[in-house]
Amino acid sequence: MGLTRLIANRIAFGLITLIVITLLISLALEALPGDFAEQRLGQSATPETIAAIRAQLGLNEPILVRYWQWLSNFLQGDMGISLSNSRPVSELLATRLGNTLFLAGASAIVAVPLALFLGILAALYRESLLDKLISTSTLAAISLPEFFIGYILVALFAVNWQIFPAISSISDNMTLGEKIYASLLPIATLTFVIVAHMMRMTRAAIINLMQSPFIEMATLKGLKRGRIVVHHALPNALSPIINVIVLNLAYLVVGVVVVEVVFIYPGLGLLMVDSVTSRDLPIVQACILIFGATYISLNMLADILSIISNPRLRHPR
Amino acid sequence: MRFWLSLKRAGLPAHIGIIVIVLFAFAAVFAPWLAPYGESEVVDAVPWATPEESGTLLGLDQLGRDLYSRVLFGARNTIALAMGITILAFFMGMTAGFFAAVVGRWVDLLLSRLVDIIMAFPTLFFALIALSIFGTSIPVLVFVIATLDSTRVYRIARALAMDTNVMEYVEVARLRGEGLWWIMRREILPNTLTPLLAEFGLRFCFVFLFISSLSFLGIGIQPPAADWGAMVRENGVAITYGIFTPLVPAAAIATLTIAVNLVVDWFLRKTAGLREEY
Amino acid sequence: MKIHELKKAFELGKISRRDFLQRSAALGAVVAAPGSLISGVARAEPKRGGVLRLGMGGGSTTDSLDPGTHPDSIPINLEHQLRSYLIEIAPTGELVGELAESWEVKAGAAEWIVELRKGVEFHNGKTLTSADVIHSIQHHIRADSTSAVAGQMGQIADMEADGDHVVKITLKNGNADFAWLLTDYHVSVFPTEGWETGVGSGPFKLVSYEPGVRAEVERNPNYFKEGLPYFDGVEITAISDAAARDNALKTGQVDATNRVSQRTAHLLDLAQGVSVQKIVGTKHYTVPMLANVPPFDNVKVRQALRLAVDREALLKTILGGHGEVGNDLPIGLNQEFYNTELPQREYDPDQAAFMLKEVGMEGLAVELSAADAAFDGAVDAAVLYAEHAKAAGININVIRESNDGYWSNVWQQKPWSMCYWSGRPTQDWMWTIAYESGGAWNDNNWENASFQQLLKDARVEVDPAKRKDMYWEMQRLHWEEGAVVVPLFAADLMGVSDKIALPEDIAVNWELDGHRCAERWSFA
Repeated sequence: MGLTRLIANRIAFGLITLIVITLLISLALEALPGDFAEQRLGQSATPETIAAIRAQLGLNEPILVRYWQWLSNFLQGDMGISLSNSRPVSELLATRLGNTLFLAGASAIVAVPLALFLGILAALYRESLLDKLISTSTLAAISLPEFFIGYILVALFAVNWQIFPAISSISDNMTLGEKIYASLLPIATLTFVIVAHMMRMTRAAIINLMQSPFIEMATLKGLKRGRIVVHHALPNALSPIINVIVLNLAYLVVGVVVVEVVFIYPGLGLLMVDSVTSRDLPIVQACILIFGATYISLNMLADILSIISNPRLRHPR
Repeated sequence: MRFWLSLKRAGLPAHIGIIVIVLFAFAAVFAPWLAPYGESEVVDAVPWATPEESGTLLGLDQLGRDLYSRVLFGARNTIALAMGITILAFFMGMTAGFFAAVVGRWVDLLLSRLVDIIMAFPTLFFALIALSIFGTSIPVLVFVIATLDSTRVYRIARALAMDTNVMEYVEVARLRGEGLWWIMRREILPNTLTPLLAEFGLRFCFVFLFISSLSFLGIGIQPPAADWGAMVRENGVAITYGIFTPLVPAAAIATLTIAVNLVVDWFLRKTAGLREEY
Repeated sequence: MKIHELKKAFELGKISRRDFLQRSAALGAVVAAPGSLISGVARAEPKRGGVLRLGMGGGSTTDSLDPGTHPDSIPINLEHQLRSYLIEIAPTGELVGELAESWEVKAGAAEWIVELRKGVEFHNGKTLTSADVIHSIQHHIRADSTSAVAGQMGQIADMEADGDHVVKITLKNGNADFAWLLTDYHVSVFPTEGWETGVGSGPFKLVSYEPGVRAEVERNPNYFKEGLPYFDGVEITAISDAAARDNALKTGQVDATNRVSQRTAHLLDLAQGVSVQKIVGTKHYTVPMLANVPPFDNVKVRQALRLAVDREALLKTILGGHGEVGNDLPIGLNQEFYNTELPQREYDPDQAAFMLKEVGMEGLAVELSAADAAFDGAVDAAVLYAEHAKAAGININVIRESNDGYWSNVWQQKPWSMCYWSGRPTQDWMWTIAYESGGAWNDNNWENASFQQLLKDARVEVDPAKRKDMYWEMQRLHWEEGAVVVPLFAADLMGVSDKIALPEDIAVNWELDGHRCAERWSFA
């Protein structure tokens, strides 16, 4: 099976997955207690006003009918309007998505090389004091909930030393430099959260491979250990490392709600939480599509890279 | 006998890890006798009173309950939950992952797509929705988090098993006519165990964090039961005022995580066998 | 800062008298300022200019400019910046006309005539007429209205314009307190063109609004109130996390915040250049039982449960002392016709156990549903309630419910749950929305014939002396037999930078000076 055919296959399956998850989220929101009208009015709901909201927004239609309407509109490029404030979903998403990708990208640029570097270093000097120091400190960092790391960083860098701003409410009229400066604390928080995982997998995968015969051969040939790790072990250990990196990249896009809350960062996560809470289906659909597509494409990338890094996988029996 | 011998040779880090785990397990089992106050007993209605102010070992929490007692009681819920969830997640994820990798074809396709679908949902929302629909009892909590975690384990287990599955010795075993279960257990498992064990140590600690995030959204363990993740969440805000109360449960989580991983590292070295000296 | 430290700071001239009084009030202390230094301190004329930056909780990405559906603080505050109301509640608590120059009520309290101020201009240049007022109120009462106040405004039978500046409102039944309903934050006035653009006649014009993130407004140069507002503009940043709000205020990224967490208020107050302002109004926390569901249908059970909670301990722990203990009445201590003769109900587990024994229900086991969606600390409050009740042999099992969907699935549904009310400025309004038989928000189903009759009679009674007797009797009935535990009245806490000059009187009806901080405050 050629690589192109594999990619085409994966894209086709990816699209099917996306349709399935949007359908599932519609059904799940429907299964949740309380619909849009009830959530909107909350404590002040009356039967009459609930009925009026449902009638105006067409919420009395069965969920499958509404899903079909949404899907057919979506396939024509129309993402619909928010039930809550009638704004076009595409407009609501545009800035938020940009912000989320900015934060995820910046964090990845810092975290991934750092994790690889620390992981290789730890594997290279295995069992040394350095290895233990790296392993223990990354473990300690990963044990702290992300909001807690955020609070600590704010307490130190924003309140105590007043170096960085406490809230990162970035807006479109800021320059790139200003945006980076405002986002430094959330980037640092996310880096803390994801480095340990990637670093540990890098270290373990390399150590695992160091025991393979071909590495032994290289050792017997008298090659330097650093060279062996970087040129022989790392390329062959890439597959699990890539998988972990991809999981963490997906997390950066999808799972940073809590960091958004702590730093008031206007990203997609908050939009999704608010929309799930208020059962604003068109926005939830759009968010889940973005999250799903991010995950699926990253995943596909991981599989392709794995195959490239281990050519034997390309020719399964 | 062999076990004790290898334990003796395990080295200082592993010994520290084992001692910490034993201590925590001891605390968990004997919490009612060790704790000076009850799990939900209010010592003094002064939130975050310092040890000196309250005459307790570690001070009081946000409701004026004894922090030390709550950490002890928290050990039971936390360790039992995290262990249960992680083991269940690994069992489900590894079985499915190996199965998919070894059988391949439509089984792999089906399982992988199913996992893709679950993983394409943001975890917090998956948990939020599932727990809202099925209620927040402990079995539901365990099953939901284990399911979510098992998808991550599946990905890694499958990737590792795929790499191993194309190795010559697996081919040989297959030609020899060994069964599916035998290959999974005797060929795939030992050759993928090392990275999976490393993953276990981390997944174990992610469970605390996940429970902590859940309590951020107002779901999780039923109060007044103590669990370390929720304790960090409930007291977390105090850290911005330089009150160190939330650091205590956070430190408990970190200590346990590090201890578990020290022991995992020892296992890693043990499985690495004779090449140890390298 | 402790009170003696404050006194010292004041005497050394480190803080002004105003600061001293506000800070001591924030500490919950009622003290006289040290005498010698008071004379000669006069309030300077408020300064004009500057942009007020508010960091507020209570916003969501699903907010809109529709005044009928404002769910929380940020859209409500923005509403007061953009639009005006017929009648407003002055900082001192009495009713004053805003768009209404005057109003009168005919005998029977069913016919109201409102005369409008002349020459009021909307942001789009249009002049206000009675048609706009009628259109705005219609928004809440037309048949397909989605407004949250459709129920309470539904008492309007008919509206009629008498020329451009007089509106006649006829009610289905008399209501002596109807003028108060016109101050409700939903009932703002917008031009007949619609609410969508945010155009109103308020002190500020909308510049940009991204729901759940930020809102920006600029001064309305043609504002009808002479000399107001003082600020050139206002920026609201939505900050849902209480710790993040505190931090933003401490680091000077915002000038004022709402909803300071009661537990950390004393810590925030210690920070440099910041003070915490405390206001106790009508906001109260309740624990309603469904009186038609066993065991709560038994009056002794209800009474026992009311005795089984240590309100002082709750006040101390849940509110950090910022508030008052409640006396099982949804009426604030300072409200008109408050029954001052009812004794404060105290924590008495022995009496509670005795009452249960009388009806053979010792060792009562009940479930209490709670989520922090009800109010900040509701789960903790329920846990403490359960601890207190143990002493009476009552076993309360606290069920932690999901925040998500709490108001539709738990409140009014589960037999016993946690709830909060922001309260209402009049007795009739409060009793009507949550205690009148068959009311949409009735969360206790307590049926008491004489109570219900008194509620109807008092509504149309215009003689204050008679009304007082009626409301006192209603409060006594509820205090003795009602199904709602009201353990706490919560203070509203706001964090304010020292750069802000606060007026002498601060409104207690809503947070941030009755949500009118943008109009009433200025920089120092």
